[in-house]
Amino acid sequence: MDFLSEHQPELLPGNRQLPPTQGVIEAPHGTTIVAVTFSDGVVLAGDRRATMGNVIAQRDIEKVFPADEYSAVGIAGTAGLAVEMVKLFQLELEHFEKVEGTQLSLEGKANRLSTMIRSNLGMAMQGLAVVPLFAGYDLDRGKGRIFSYDVTGGRSEETGFAATGSGSIFARGAMKKLFREDLTEEQATTLVVQALYDAADDDSATGGPDVARRIYPIVTVITEDGFRRLTEDEASQIARSVLERRLEQPDGPRAALL
Amino acid sequence: MSTPFYVSPQQAMADRAEYARKGIARGRSLVVLQYADGIVFVGENPSRALHKFSEIYDRIAFAAAGKYNEYENLRIGGVRYADLRGYTYDRDDVTARGLANVYAQTLGTIFSSAAEKPYEVELVVAEVGETPEGDQIYRLPHDGSIVDEHGSVAVGGNAEQISSYLDQRHQDGMTLAEALKLAVQALSRDTNGTQREIPAERLEVAVLDRTRPQKRKFRRITGRQLARLLEAGGASSAAEAEDESAEEE
Repeated sequence: MDFLSEHQPELLPGNRQLPPTQGVIEAPHGTTIVAVTFSDGVVLAGDRRATMGNVIAQRDIEKVFPADEYSAVGIAGTAGLAVEMVKLFQLELEHFEKVEGTQLSLEGKANRLSTMIRSNLGMAMQGLAVVPLFAGYDLDRGKGRIFSYDVTGGRSEETGFAATGSGSIFARGAMKKLFREDLTEEQATTLVVQALYDAADDDSATGGPDVARRIYPIVTVITEDGFRRLTEDEASQIARSVLERRLEQPDGPRAALL
Repeated sequence: MSTPFYVSPQQAMADRAEYARKGIARGRSLVVLQYADGIVFVGENPSRALHKFSEIYDRIAFAAAGKYNEYENLRIGGVRYADLRGYTYDRDDVTARGLANVYAQTLGTIFSSAAEKPYEVELVVAEVGETPEGDQIYRLPHDGSIVDEHGSVAVGGNAEQISSYLDQRHQDGMTLAEALKLAVQALSRDTNGTQREIPAERLEVAVLDRTRPQKRKFRRITGRQLARLLEAGGASSAAEAEDESAEEE
């Protein structure tokens, strides 16, 4: 990024001159991203919908990306800008790794992302915000960690679970009731799909599992072995089993009262 | 008033080439070999931190002999070139050919500019293809020329002798263990033809492995994995020797 700003500053998102606009620019927006830690690492997942006002702009958008071998970013907000930000973020991590011969620490990566979000503040104030969720496996501490951000680049580490995007309030509620400290990988992946289902249930901008078109949430797992995205088969299996239970119990699993 | 001595351009270039060649010859040599599943880089390097081989991009790696600060400079330049290309266009648009051209330009300009001293480096830029036919290996000597190589290449001090040794013995479709063994044999021959032992901890080994599922095909081979491969190479050659003796009987 430092090199780019010296040599080709026009490639950096923060260096663009914005024309004066009236009202809000219509552009596709990504919606809900959820993350949850489990005993061996962390799971990051996202729904597949992008909306533009009241229109569904895309049914099968991908909003969760590997940042490098041990971390991933899920994006909510203006899709075009967010995808570009992730691309630049991936490039920076890889570039650092190749030039220095060692990986950035997880904290370092999280801080870098924070700076990049902050450089987008001008756009955010015109309604083109990008709010990602960053999750990774911390090799030094031997556990999965989640970082959430606000539009100004403020960074906060979350314990257990986190969500971002329009459906995040509902997803967070669901996760709060379902989360436990000692989840297995299988339970954690089911949990995120449940949370996304609840988000889609109450938020019109979040897409639920689309059985007819075979579009299921993207679920990624990061452990000591690195980043892994669940295959379509695995993701559909989880989504279908959740769906099946919901046919009997539309509101999902019930937590104990006391 | 004293007149400066006239030095003919031919003489000036020859002097500069001589200077660069001597600098390169002081360093240890390294070899780059094609094998069935990719390209292997082998060199003698007592340091674990200062690498002779490194990753440039998904399928492209870099090897250098000569002066460390000079080739490190070129390496970082190459990584920047590749990353910028890949970001501006697409990851597929970064090629070893393009990179080799950039290096040739840089080295050539420095070599022929009277204000600078020539770089004392010799580079290899390699790209692994989907199939062995798609592999590309370019050797870039100090003066900025490009040599398109196949099969095996050696650079550094003892390069000529080592490459003739390799040319005679290298075959297409060798396994990694076989290629590694051949490389170590080639490197451990001294100028006067005597053999010396290079311990595993002084070897730097890296591969561009086309079977690697990740996008980035570069991988360093160190520690136990290296020891295992060296052993496997030794065992298979012992088995071959046995076969040969059996056939003789």
